[in-house]
Amino acid sequence: MSPRRERRWRGPDGPPASPALLVALVLACLSLMTLDAQGGDGSPVESARGAVGEVFGPVEVATATAVRPFTAVPRWFRSRDALEQDMLDLRAENSQLRSDLATEDYNRNRLAEFDGLTAAARSIGSSLVPARVVGMGSSQSFSRTVTIDAGSDAGVSPDQTVVNNDGLVGRVLRVTRTTASVLLIVDADSVVGARVGRSMQVGLLHGRGVLGSDGRLDLELLDQTAMPTEDDAVVTWGSEAGGPYVSGVPVGRVTHVYRSVRESAQRAVIDPYVDFGALDLVGVVVPAGTASDRSVIEADGSLG
Amino acid sequence: MSWIRALVAFAAVSVALVLQVSLFPHLAWHGIVPNLCLLVVVGAALTRGPQFAAVLGFVAGVALDLAPPADHLAGRWALALVIVGYVAGQVRQGGRHDTRLSATTVVATVAASSFVGTSVFALTGVVLGDPVAIPELLQVIAVAMAWDVLLTPIVLPPVMTLFRRLEPSLA
Repeated sequence: MSPRRERRWRGPDGPPASPALLVALVLACLSLMTLDAQGGDGSPVESARGAVGEVFGPVEVATATAVRPFTAVPRWFRSRDALEQDMLDLRAENSQLRSDLATEDYNRNRLAEFDGLTAAARSIGSSLVPARVVGMGSSQSFSRTVTIDAGSDAGVSPDQTVVNNDGLVGRVLRVTRTTASVLLIVDADSVVGARVGRSMQVGLLHGRGVLGSDGRLDLELLDQTAMPTEDDAVVTWGSEAGGPYVSGVPVGRVTHVYRSVRESAQRAVIDPYVDFGALDLVGVVVPAGTASDRSVIEADGSLG
Repeated sequence: MSWIRALVAFAAVSVALVLQVSLFPHLAWHGIVPNLCLLVVVGAALTRGPQFAAVLGFVAGVALDLAPPADHLAGRWALALVIVGYVAGQVRQGGRHDTRLSATTVVATVAASSFVGTSVFALTGVVLGDPVAIPELLQVIAVAMAWDVLLTPIVLPPVMTLFRRLEPSLA
């Protein structure tokens, strides 16, 4: 575009606002929404998502790695003394527990980092691909999703369960080569089949779309007469095929129970074990023997 | 060299997007982070007018809609930021473009844009049947506005300088 033409185009009082351009852009947005709403997995928007993810995923991983040392600083100051004592105790305990497991120094070092996940892998009884959270969707988008730094290269595929050492985190929505998007169970669109541990009643867990201390889940029990009690533990129910959620992963505990007369179902409020505001190290549940670009934590606690 | 301008503008949006997704969640309040992409679009609108800002808003919005971990319907942020770019551009349109805007005008524009942007996004969600409660929605809009205004003195001056430099004929 030549400078002369550009000046004429803008005019002496700034560029004239063109309604035609605005209309065109708004229409483009609307058709994008329609395309995304209509198309399934094969839609052009989904492939565009994949392409953008391949580009932005590694950048997010790099940024998160760069800022990680700084984000840990306040925590370090706050709890250094307490941690030091805890660490001494835990180290003594851990070395005893691990003595039969860790055969090499190398393995022992790696195990130390993934100690919590190792315990999780053991209790769930399946293999975990370790990953770190490198990006979080903002609340302004009203959806609770995070990016993790493990993708299809690490053996992760859509609809796999994501856990951390406290309990259930969510499920994988889509993967790129190096990253994956995870839908958290607190998202308002998330539905998890759940079972109250003590009474074995089944129900559906709905997220509220809120993070932080109000981050609760609503449990709707299928049995109208069943009544969960407070402090009951809730675990995932899981399907036969194991997807999207594997069974028996701890989710949270019951804090309130409501009996609704109008609706024909019991409703209970669940406080999740996982702190969704401070997610970092997570594990993706993968089938045993999955080929991965990193060491997979096997169900017996060893590194594969 | 219009393609260099386009490239620099796109780079500014990309940096904003990555910081918004990977750095600011560590400082977030209830997951609400400053909307840096919106600030870049407002900066562009205040220096280069509604045409450019609406197009940049579309690009930034599509990036926000598609980059991981986004999972909402694509096009929603694009629509919100197109409107923000266009509306914020009207502020510059009103005054003469060679006079610098006062700080109060910039902050007021950012606050209004943040309100409009987040509201448009939320409203498209309501229209499309997203299960979001209205009180929570208002709270998110208010906090997001506070964040955006808070970051205005840090983000807007360099962004506006950048876009002014890209436009030597109007400097």
